[in-house]
Amino acid sequence: MSDSIEDLEIQLLLEALHQRYHYDFRHYARASIKRRLAQARAQLGFPTISALQDRVLHDPNMLPRLLDFLTVQVSEMFRDPSYFRALRETVLPHLRTYPSLKVWIAGCSMGEEVYSLAILFREEGLYDRTIFYATDINPEALAAAEAGVYALDRIRKFTENHQKSGGKSSLSDYYTAAYGRAAFDKSLRSRVVFSDHSLVTDAVFAEMHLISCRNVMIYFDRPLQDRAIGLFRDSLTRKGFLGLGSKESLRFSAHAGAFVEFVEGEKIYQRRDP
Amino acid sequence: MSRPPPAAIVIGASAGAVQALLTILPALPASFPLPVLVVVHVPADRDNVLVPLLQAKCRLTVKEAEDKEPISAGVVYFAPSDYHLLVETDGGLALSTDEAVNYSRPAIDVLFESAADVYGASLIGVILTGANHDGARGLRAVCDAGGVAIVQDKAEAYATAMPAAARDACPAATTMTLDAIASYLASLGVA
Repeated sequence: MSDSIEDLEIQLLLEALHQRYHYDFRHYARASIKRRLAQARAQLGFPTISALQDRVLHDPNMLPRLLDFLTVQVSEMFRDPSYFRALRETVLPHLRTYPSLKVWIAGCSMGEEVYSLAILFREEGLYDRTIFYATDINPEALAAAEAGVYALDRIRKFTENHQKSGGKSSLSDYYTAAYGRAAFDKSLRSRVVFSDHSLVTDAVFAEMHLISCRNVMIYFDRPLQDRAIGLFRDSLTRKGFLGLGSKESLRFSAHAGAFVEFVEGEKIYQRRDP
Repeated sequence: MSRPPPAAIVIGASAGAVQALLTILPALPASFPLPVLVVVHVPADRDNVLVPLLQAKCRLTVKEAEDKEPISAGVVYFAPSDYHLLVETDGGLALSTDEAVNYSRPAIDVLFESAADVYGASLIGVILTGANHDGARGLRAVCDAGGVAIVQDKAEAYATAMPAAARDACPAATTMTLDAIASYLASLGVA
């Protein structure tokens, strides 16, 4: 690898963010961080990463703007419809046997997946016995997730995905459209706890039946992936479920042995008996 | 100035990619000593049909890249549809769902820029047929890092915009026909 000045600047900036603000990106996959920081530098108008670092160290108002570049993920509702179909057809029949349920959406960003799961659980009659934990490290993303308002031009794709996932209702039952936006019904978040939680530094906070963490860990390096997967293992109840992104896998993880593949091809795993 | 021996090949293609790759990849010998990383623009919700198609014709292993997978010599890795493919600084592969670049995910620029960063002058970058401008910045990054830049000859490309844009962005690039690219790359396997 080339140890360019830019690489050094990135390392110093990540160290500065950690020491000054306790945001730890030091074990994020470096290639993507580098692209995102290059974008942040250009769009925020700094000549160098060092100049950006200087500003963010001295001006806390710059932090949220930088965090948006480093953390925010645009997803879709019911992204990868086959994943939600597999949850509906294969995982929920197991969850149905519990009197109460806890579901954790880790790295929920703007909340698309939170509302998708809330709708799925409502369609399957499990919503009222479930508590959902939606966590992220970016406070602005969490606020957006809690608001549940999306641009209307994205709804068509959301609706298509929802239908492909085996949706039993119409997505339009759950939002009100006005002024180019779709606002999702607050009853969908009446049982959702939105909370700041870091997979890098924070610990287990409840015993979960299902954890969905998709396309979050691809941004982590392998040691950090191992930490997160260990945290998921320790957070899951006996025979609890873990859903990952369609191109993520436990194959290269130190904790692969703690899980069995539950739905082949869908990256849905079940925790083994300890 | 002499270049270090090549360590990896990156290939980008769009419209007309299948025929072009069918000329190049099957020409590589079973003992080929370099990894080959490929981005082809395919629709987001389509399974990558190229992988089984090319695997049937190639002597090398052809597979879809997985996140955090170590890179092995003699393997052809395709970016999965709807994910960017990057080379990580520790020499593994990484995927991302960052926004589309040049309206494309996977984007050729993302692969080429990250690979140029890691492999520097040991990288060979190849831009084939395509109808957009993705890959131009990426090939430029390959040139700037001192690597070998190749574009498909416009005269035979199914779609010319992509090789033309890459050539404009990187005037030092060598123009070659598909057959010439195939035999050049295959020759890298002969010690």
